[in-house]
Amino acid sequence: MQSSNEPGFIKNLRQWLEPLIVPLLAIITAVILGGLIIKSVGGDPFAAYRGLVQGAFGSKKALSETAVWATPYIFAGLAVAFAFKGGLFNIGAEGQLAFGAVAAALIGYALPKWLGHDIPAFIHIPLAVGLGMLAGGLWAAIPGALKAYTGGHEVINTIMMNYIALNITSFLLNGPMKDPNPLNVVARTPAIAKSARIAPIFDGLRVHWGFVLALLVALLIWWILQKTTLGFEIRTVGSNPDAAKYAGINVQRTIIISMAISGMLAGLAGAIEVTALNYRHELGFAVGYGFDAIAIALLGKTNPFGVVLAAILFGAMRNGGTRMQFLTQIPVDIISVIQALILLFVAADAIIRFIYRIRVREERVVLTRGWGG
Amino acid sequence: MDWRRFAVIALIIAIMFGTVVLVGFSQSSPLLIVTSMLATTIAVATPLTLGALSGIYCERSGVVNIGIEGMMLGAAFFGWLASIYMNTVFHMPGMLSLFIGVLAAILTGGLFALLHAMLSITFKVDQIIGGTVINILAVGITGFLNRQMFFGKGSVFGGQVPHSPGILPRIHIPFLADIPTFGRIFEQQPITIAALILVIVTHYVLFNTRWGLRTRAVGEHPRAADTVGINVIRMRYINVIIGGFLAGLGGAYFTLESISSFEPLMTNGRGFIALAAMIFGNWTPFGAWAAALVFGAAQALQINLQFFRTLIPPQWSFLQNSYVVGLAPYILTMLILTGLIGKTIPPAADGKPYEK
Repeated sequence: MQSSNEPGFIKNLRQWLEPLIVPLLAIITAVILGGLIIKSVGGDPFAAYRGLVQGAFGSKKALSETAVWATPYIFAGLAVAFAFKGGLFNIGAEGQLAFGAVAAALIGYALPKWLGHDIPAFIHIPLAVGLGMLAGGLWAAIPGALKAYTGGHEVINTIMMNYIALNITSFLLNGPMKDPNPLNVVARTPAIAKSARIAPIFDGLRVHWGFVLALLVALLIWWILQKTTLGFEIRTVGSNPDAAKYAGINVQRTIIISMAISGMLAGLAGAIEVTALNYRHELGFAVGYGFDAIAIALLGKTNPFGVVLAAILFGAMRNGGTRMQFLTQIPVDIISVIQALILLFVAADAIIRFIYRIRVREERVVLTRGWGG
Repeated sequence: MDWRRFAVIALIIAIMFGTVVLVGFSQSSPLLIVTSMLATTIAVATPLTLGALSGIYCERSGVVNIGIEGMMLGAAFFGWLASIYMNTVFHMPGMLSLFIGVLAAILTGGLFALLHAMLSITFKVDQIIGGTVINILAVGITGFLNRQMFFGKGSVFGGQVPHSPGILPRIHIPFLADIPTFGRIFEQQPITIAALILVIVTHYVLFNTRWGLRTRAVGEHPRAADTVGINVIRMRYINVIIGGFLAGLGGAYFTLESISSFEPLMTNGRGFIALAAMIFGNWTPFGAWAAALVFGAAQALQINLQFFRTLIPPQWSFLQNSYVVGLAPYILTMLILTGLIGKTIPPAADGKPYEK
């Protein structure tokens, strides 16, 4: 159906739009199915979705909150997408995010006390964010190294490390790092110092400079992957480790670097949440981000810009979901079901192609290999 | 599975048991300690054993299934829901409700498996992605329905969690359970006993029947199997669904045999640990069961050490912290996967869709 004599700009437009068709149809199909589920439990799908859209985009405050939700999703989605490019499946974003948050919180509240005097913000913020990033990177480098040197599969190892991270943070936040305020009954750290806090962009709205940073980091990741030697090596190892080996690429080193950078991105998600939004780390806030990040990376087709769009969509759904629950009493958990359906249709694009009779074939990306590779 | 691997497993378990005996022998008789630990070990290993058997059916036929966690979670929820529904809405007796609950759980596992089979065999979706989809879907559905059914506006049960029909009772195996002291090991609940029987059945099916030979052929070299007239697609579908039934039974353990309530995310990674057990057991039923026992023993160690907390020296007291002790099974899983205890070999066509 592709004619060779179509004008250049239409061809360009087609090249830009074609990759968007399947994800868009996947989203539409999932939203329709979600509506049927809402209907089947006695709710009004139209009222529910109206509440959702209103809550996500209906006002300045709604838009700001959507951006606030989208920020960690962008970082975590980039983390999973980056690992995919290197042929690795990082299910451990949740644990890496939690460690990033713990490290940033520790630097944020404890460093001034250790030093005995205040620290200027231009040192304190980069230190807290940087060490949070590093903590996530190191946590992810462990399963990377295990994969590179022993062949232990990263899928199970990253999941195990999520549980280990959860246990360790539970231990820290209930014990050594617990907020000593006598009024505090939950597992959380003390508030971080003022000098470690990233400011909101507008007065009165919560959207903060972390969102802008997330967009810049997406650009940086695209640049690393497409324009640098490291990115080329990572992509080569991802698509064909044997060929990479014969081409003289150090496969083991590349695997570890891929995982470390992926973990750093997830660590950033946690560190930014602490320094720009919550001003402390509280137990349980990281739960669910790992799986959401996988869905976002796949919906964005592991492309950094696709990830940004997918993250904003997911952020809008999570944000609007609260409004929806308030207006219609439909549990906000329906959002998880819709997101899982989106992921299902994006992963099994053959279903979407079958339903909508799409014939255009895209190149398939090899994402993971079995236990052996 | 070679004898050396079994010997290593026996050694690991012996060390764990020995630790508790050493700490606790002044307070309780070693025989009693070992008996109670063995009983715990076998019971705790149940969902892991069933999950690993589920993985064996899938992977021996060439389909990687990392969705076992989600299948178990879904089965735990729907089995529990069915038993409560039968009990409170249809006023069925408790035992019958529980039995129907178990059947519902098995069926749920089968349905999730059907989805996984369609994704991985028919649509040729990357199988690890397909399994992840199942896991995320299960978390979403159970979370949504749990809240909607019990706390939502149109809740069937009037906005509060109704009384559940309890848990499956212990079965008193004649003769074996009558042995003094040791008999306690044989007083187990039905799903645990079923798991042990299924280990033997799976071994027999896999290595002594025509079905098993065909399953292995399809998982090792599907093209050769196809050439001699074996229907690869059909074999894979049926094996994945059998795997789903087993995962469903494993899910029933959480809400119908262990405790009588459902909590979101309650499977807590057991499905993934089961996969590690399967790998460590080199894709054999007895090997996987032995590996599952190691995790059971780790849990028994954790439970029993709590009885002796006064005996642990104060500078080691952080070891009693439940979060720290809770790390054991996860670290153990990672150690096992490093292959320090010997390399294992997956079926040759594991994870590869078959193209005619």
